[in-house]
Parts: sequence; C-alpha cells; structure tokens
Amino acid sequence: MSTAIRWFWYASPQTFFPLAGRIAAACWVGAALLAAAGLYVGFFVAPTDAQQGEVYRVIFIHVPAAWMSMFLYLVMACWAAIGLAFNTRLSSMMASAIAPTGALFTFLALWTGALWGRPTWGTYWVWDARLTSELILLFLYLGFMALQAAIEDPRRADRAGAVLAIVGAVNVPIIYYSVQWWNTLHQGASVSLTRAPSMASSMLTGMLLMALAFWLYSIAASLTRVRCIIRERE
Amino acid sequence: MSWGGWGEFWAMGGKGFYVWGAYAVTLAALALEVYFLRRRSRETKA
Repeated sequence: MSTAIRWFWYASPQTFFPLAGRIAAACWVGAALLAAAGLYVGFFVAPTDAQQGEVYRVIFIHVPAAWMSMFLYLVMACWAAIGLAFNTRLSSMMASAIAPTGALFTFLALWTGALWGRPTWGTYWVWDARLTSELILLFLYLGFMALQAAIEDPRRADRAGAVLAIVGAVNVPIIYYSVQWWNTLHQGASVSLTRAPSMASSMLTGMLLMALAFWLYSIAASLTRVRCIIRERE
Repeated sequence: MSWGGWGEFWAMGGKGFYVWGAYAVTLAALALEVYFLRRRSRETKA
C-alpha cells in the first residue's frame, strides 16, 4: 500500500526532480569507478587473445555500447508507451531524456565495431544483417529526436514520438537475433544467458565491469537530462 | 597482457590505431555529452 502511494508520488515531475538529482549524482560516481576498474582489468589483467592479438580489446567498449544501444531503446519505448497510454507527463519526459544517450551508444557501437572490423575482417563496413539493423536503430533514435523537435506543442510531440518509438521497437529483436537468423559476417554472441561464455574469465570480467559502468552512465545522463526537461517544461 | 613498457602498450601489437581510435572517440563522445548536459543544466537553472 505504502509503496503504491510512493510510486504515484514520484510520478509527479516536481517530486521526482530532487530524487533524480540524488540518483544521478551517485550514478556518475559509480560509473567513473566501474569504468576505471573495467579498463584496468581490460588492459592489464585480461590476456592477449590467441587469434586476434591485442585488437580484441575494443570489445570492452564495443559490446557494452551495443547492449546499451538496444536496451536503452526498449526502455525508451516502454516509457513512451506508458506516457501514451496513461498520459503521464513524466513517462514521456523520460523517453525524451533517454533518446540522445541511446543514440550516442548506438553510434559508438557502430564506430568501435568498424575499427575492430577493419583489422579483423579486412573491412570497416559490410551490409550484413547485424550492422544494417544497428544502423537502422541509430536512424530510429535520430528520427525520434527530430520528430519531437519538429513539433512545437510538447504533449503532441510526446504522442507522435511515442508511436514512432513503439513501432521501431520491432527492430531490437531483429538486431539481437540477426546473427542467428541470417548468415552474417558479424560473429554470434560470445556471452548469453543460456550457456557458459566462450571467453577467458578476466576478459568477461572486464566486459561486464564496462557494461555496468555504461549502465550507470546512462542512468546518470538520462536523469540529468530529465531534470533539464522538467525545468524547461514546468 | 605481459608488461613490456609503455611503448609496447601504446602500440597494441601494431593495432594501436584501431584500439585507441575506438577508445578516444568513445571518451570524447561521452565527455561531450557530459559537457552539453552541464551547460543545459546551467542554462535551465537561470
């Protein structure tokens, strides 16, 4: 009972504002510490890869960035859908606040992937299913942001953006399963929930630490941005 | 990796351009986002 009341309490932008500030501050610090630990493990503990040599160390940012790009899109679409269904202002503001950070991680996944692909595959870019669907994800983020920026009335912008975000969500499972559904140059998943990871444990540790750092960074950036949006709109 | 001095570290087995190109752009992108967020926070506060 009391938790239900508190959730509604925080659904109001004014009451959420100071809480978001406190969570963001903690997450900035956590992200910095985890990134430092992840980079230490990634560069000084993890061994040289037998096949790829040193260049595989790009995966410590590539894989977490790619995970965040997909995950943030789903979170954004969920907030947008809640905002559309229940007409809650804060939910729509959260969706708008997540979009730029999601777009950033999508760009970084593509960029680091290209720089890893060149020495490993011999090419920066191919139009295979994984790379193409990830590029579409970047356009979905940018389209969402452009659409919202083009509509003057914020409530109408929220609704229009929400429809785009929800329809675009179908792309996320396509990205995730593309390496199984199609014959892609991009390799299959080395880490999954259903089986043991196919890499040295220190490599996995470095990658997971960086993934956690990106998580906290995304929370901090989104909450800082939602505070700006609350100030601008309310 | 076994430590062979800073020169070897930055060389990354001859793949330094790719490794550091990826890390430098990631760092720059995140730093830029933080910079713009701070600026937007300051502007909206006033």
